[in-house]
Amino acid sequence: MPGLGTSFGRGGATTFVQDLVNSDCILIEGSNFAECHPVAFRFVMEAKERGATIIHVDPRYTRTSAVADLYAPIRSGTDIVFLGALINWMLTNERYFKEYVLAFTNASYLVGEDFQDTEDLDGLFSGWNEGRGAAEPGHDRGTMGFMGGDQSTKAPGNYDHSSWKFEMEDVPRYDGVGTVKIPKRDETLQHPRCVINVLRRHFARYTPQMVEDVCGTPADMVEKIAGLLADNSGRERTTAFAYAVGWTQHTVGVQYIRTAAILQTLLGNMGRPGGGIMALRGHANIQGATDIPTLYDLLPGYLPMPSALRDEQTLSEYLSSATKPGWWSNAPKYIVSLLKAYYGDAATPENNFCYDYLPQIAGDYSALSTQIAMKDGNVKGYFCIGMNPAASGMNSELARAGLEQLEWMVVVDYYETETASFWKREGADSSKIGTELFYLPTATVLEKEGTMVNTNRLLQWHDKAVHPANDARSDLWIIHELGLRIKQLYAESADPKDRPIRDLTWDYPHEDEHERRAGEPSARKVLQEINGYRVEPGKPGYDCEQVTMFTDLADDGSTACGAWIYSGVYPDKYTNRARNRKKDDWTSLEWGFAWPANRRMLYNRASADPDGKPWSERKKYMYWDEAAQRWAGPDVVDFPATKSPHERAKPGAHGIDAHAGSDPFLMQGDGRAHLFVDGALKDGPMPAHYEPLESVVRNAVYTQQNNPTLRQWDRDDNKYNGTDNPDFPYVLTTYRLTEASGIMTRYVPWLAELQPELFVEIDPELAVLKSIKNGDWATIWTRVGEIEARALVSGRMRPLRLGKGRKVHQIGIPYNFGTMGFSRGDSVGQIIPLAMDPNVSIHEAKTITCNIRLGRRSSYTPGTVDFAVPAHQRTTYGESIVHGADGGPRPPEV
Amino acid sequence: MGNGFFTDTTLCIGCKACEVACKQWNQLPADGYEFTGNSYDNTVALGATTWRHVAFVEQAAPLDAPPTDTKWLMMSDVCKHCTNAGCMEACPTGAIIRNEFDDVFIQPDVCNGCGYCVPSCPFGVVDLITPNDYDAPRGFVLDGRTNDDATQKSGGVAGKCTLCYDRQKLALVPACAKACPTDSIQFGDVDELHERAKKRVEALQARGVGSYLYGVDEENTIGDLNAFFLLTERPEAYNLPARPVLPSTRQPAGYGAAAITAAALTLAGFAIFRTRA
Repeated sequence: MPGLGTSFGRGGATTFVQDLVNSDCILIEGSNFAECHPVAFRFVMEAKERGATIIHVDPRYTRTSAVADLYAPIRSGTDIVFLGALINWMLTNERYFKEYVLAFTNASYLVGEDFQDTEDLDGLFSGWNEGRGAAEPGHDRGTMGFMGGDQSTKAPGNYDHSSWKFEMEDVPRYDGVGTVKIPKRDETLQHPRCVINVLRRHFARYTPQMVEDVCGTPADMVEKIAGLLADNSGRERTTAFAYAVGWTQHTVGVQYIRTAAILQTLLGNMGRPGGGIMALRGHANIQGATDIPTLYDLLPGYLPMPSALRDEQTLSEYLSSATKPGWWSNAPKYIVSLLKAYYGDAATPENNFCYDYLPQIAGDYSALSTQIAMKDGNVKGYFCIGMNPAASGMNSELARAGLEQLEWMVVVDYYETETASFWKREGADSSKIGTELFYLPTATVLEKEGTMVNTNRLLQWHDKAVHPANDARSDLWIIHELGLRIKQLYAESADPKDRPIRDLTWDYPHEDEHERRAGEPSARKVLQEINGYRVEPGKPGYDCEQVTMFTDLADDGSTACGAWIYSGVYPDKYTNRARNRKKDDWTSLEWGFAWPANRRMLYNRASADPDGKPWSERKKYMYWDEAAQRWAGPDVVDFPATKSPHERAKPGAHGIDAHAGSDPFLMQGDGRAHLFVDGALKDGPMPAHYEPLESVVRNAVYTQQNNPTLRQWDRDDNKYNGTDNPDFPYVLTTYRLTEASGIMTRYVPWLAELQPELFVEIDPELAVLKSIKNGDWATIWTRVGEIEARALVSGRMRPLRLGKGRKVHQIGIPYNFGTMGFSRGDSVGQIIPLAMDPNVSIHEAKTITCNIRLGRRSSYTPGTVDFAVPAHQRTTYGESIVHGADGGPRPPEV
Repeated sequence: MGNGFFTDTTLCIGCKACEVACKQWNQLPADGYEFTGNSYDNTVALGATTWRHVAFVEQAAPLDAPPTDTKWLMMSDVCKHCTNAGCMEACPTGAIIRNEFDDVFIQPDVCNGCGYCVPSCPFGVVDLITPNDYDAPRGFVLDGRTNDDATQKSGGVAGKCTLCYDRQKLALVPACAKACPTDSIQFGDVDELHERAKKRVEALQARGVGSYLYGVDEENTIGDLNAFFLLTERPEAYNLPARPVLPSTRQPAGYGAAAITAAALTLAGFAIFRTRA
């Protein structure tokens, strides 16, 4: 999310899947598009039919590769080298889109004199503070420990960002009163410190040969792909990128996406039809779950959660850090309207709209940190809704052990998940588990009403088709009822600290009498509140007049809005635009509602040149209509609709008034795409290749082996294999399958029969080496645990040849099995240790190292096997152990 | 002509949505939960309770060849609804008919489960549903849908693709074609489909993709297939017969051989008895 956010202004996918049909070339990397998004993939197939070239870069030859025009293998965890080489190729061969880059990006800005690159410091940027890698800077564990969460994660150090800034110069303020500072530019792009030249130097060593040596992708293939991208970008043609969690789930994940963002910006493909970066979301509503977040550090609409670490004790302090140049100058309107939605009439200007009611974060409460805190006995109770850490979590045995430490747990799901049944898992002694478990069965999607927000940022309403079976209730009912009962408990309290509960607005009576009697709240009224309304004191929100767009919101308490980005979805009491179902052959603006403002393609101002004319007739999209004096085209323009492209920048003006008419990235402070990010990311202003935390080779690019800011827990129940460990010589990558995505598919017989058992994909050479035949049982282990799976020996998997003649075998294991349901198998999470990226706390599940042998795993009791001890030194297999050639135990004779 | 399927294997992404949609609409049970090791194919073949089946054919490049040479073919197989259907000829009860949509349909209430149709299918499509098939756990049972389930569930009848006869009667597209995300399975009037398919072959040839239609204008005893395919490899690669033969066409020769044998035996008998006498 911040990969795209820091580059362009918003974290969402920049385009919509239907637009892929207009692409002349589609690069799919970090995604198994055909298998994991088969329905959206129809647009890729159509693009192919229209003549587009489809390129798939992946560690495995998958169903996506099967229909791609060009498949390139890559070693998992090395994408920055691959993409970096493409950037280098574009810059050296002068194949980037010069006019676009000069007008719409910060390529001409001068980087400050103090900045030192990874090239100068062998893998570190300037500003490195060794040993200062506490969880968060300025965090005081002594006083904040009570707030829960785990603070024991370690990073080797952190960066001081002050040297990553641009050189500034004074220019007269737009109104002539004094001066303001703006970045110094060199429009000739000659200055050695201007961003594009800094990029040139930074990526100079990322050559096709380097790709072959590090990634194992043949150098001529890299050149071929570079040529295809260059030939299919520019005025007349566009290339789209598609990625998914294959890029995000790494300790350098955010920087993978940054590399793609730099490349797509240089090629001039952003905000243009058939271009953009398609961030594919894995679940039906995962976009919705970040917009109205289940993330601990965000409030709805990407407003930051108040933090005790940033001096945000008062609303004005919060506003001074949340309000930024560009569109975020509107932040006060959004947070005040949110507080009005939460606390209704109780929120007044006098009490700072109840800002004090909001909890403040004082550390990392992300899912992984909570898992560790749970294991250490620091978490009392746990609500687990729509999540299954005991099967899909990393180091899942640690997660299960953590559940044993709880006093109580509530599992809200429509199947009995591995999390709900952790107490009866293999090896568990339920007589010693004190966790009180509440299982609340929920309605499936057809049994409840509401919206889903898909990868297009499109809100689509779905009606309730049937009543839920038996005692099941909608999630909305469960949360609403919980709120009602908590409010009831505090109804009589006079204690000021209970005011947040008492003042919370919680009134969503259903329109239908039968539903109302069943206690079902109205999802429509929730969506109405999310859209926002004009406050009338004493009147419930749903009876007030709706706002038509977030531009109606105010910071004086006269409006309420649950999530500003969705504003406009319910513009009046009788119009639910998420219900719209009128399609056309193109943008289908009358189908559902896409945030923001029903815009289908973000940054689409960039589809016209600086003067507002289409870059070419073939790639015409939004353009400035001189006669009408407004922007026209098939989409809602991502720009002030009547702001002329010829308007000059107004330095120092408020918000986006400061931007020129040719600055298309309006969320950014300067209205431009950022090739160089001056300080918002924790691991560097430009991407640099670091090996995954567990890797079979040393970093060939820098001496610095791993992302220096990555966060890890090196402890007995979470041991890492480290670098080039001869006990763990193979690369393991994980993925989902079309037929099996998790607990939801494992209980459906028709899906379970299609992929009935966990399997491990290995290449024929490794199979011979390990005497494993197709269909045999194989055991795969790391220092965290071991799992067993059926072997699928396939020539689709190929050993890679890296530099210095090193051969690397990659192993693939699907990521969605467990003990419940009709299809069964070990969870691959059992062998993946916890490690996190510094920016978004994402785990590294796509690349670890492991070992493999023929035969089934030992039956073990969790806790009795010390996986921290290397497998060949362990004696828990009972019998005397015969050491295999690679030091691992041999399978028992069968 | 009637309605049928055009299955274009160059558009198939192997998602198996057709298999699942078929089983759900027709309320067919899962066949079991065994890993086969046969690429991503764990349902193996068409059968009594699997009426759409996606075949996965791996043609991996040798390790000394470039990875781009690797191919992975996917094909969604189905009952071919032959012009001259072997199963229909073999059926002694008249349970197998050609319905108003020109599709080969087994009437479960007429079928007595003799099984003559099973070896008579040149493609190995038809099979007998046994009562045990329905012991396997099923998915969601839809309210109010009988679909002659009563007969099928008790087993003892032959089962195969109905070309969603019940959906066609409601002017709905068969479940598999409806679910296919890439239009690899197209449903419609067979003549129109032929035309579309021939253009598709031409377009692919122009792009340098060698392809041909399987089950159209072929000189064999089966005649055209109402469910035909666009293939890029020889039929055998997909486990399809290169020259499907209508079993009954072998009957004259068989009867002839039998007659000759009988005559020879009779003569031999006479010869033996005459000698003895």
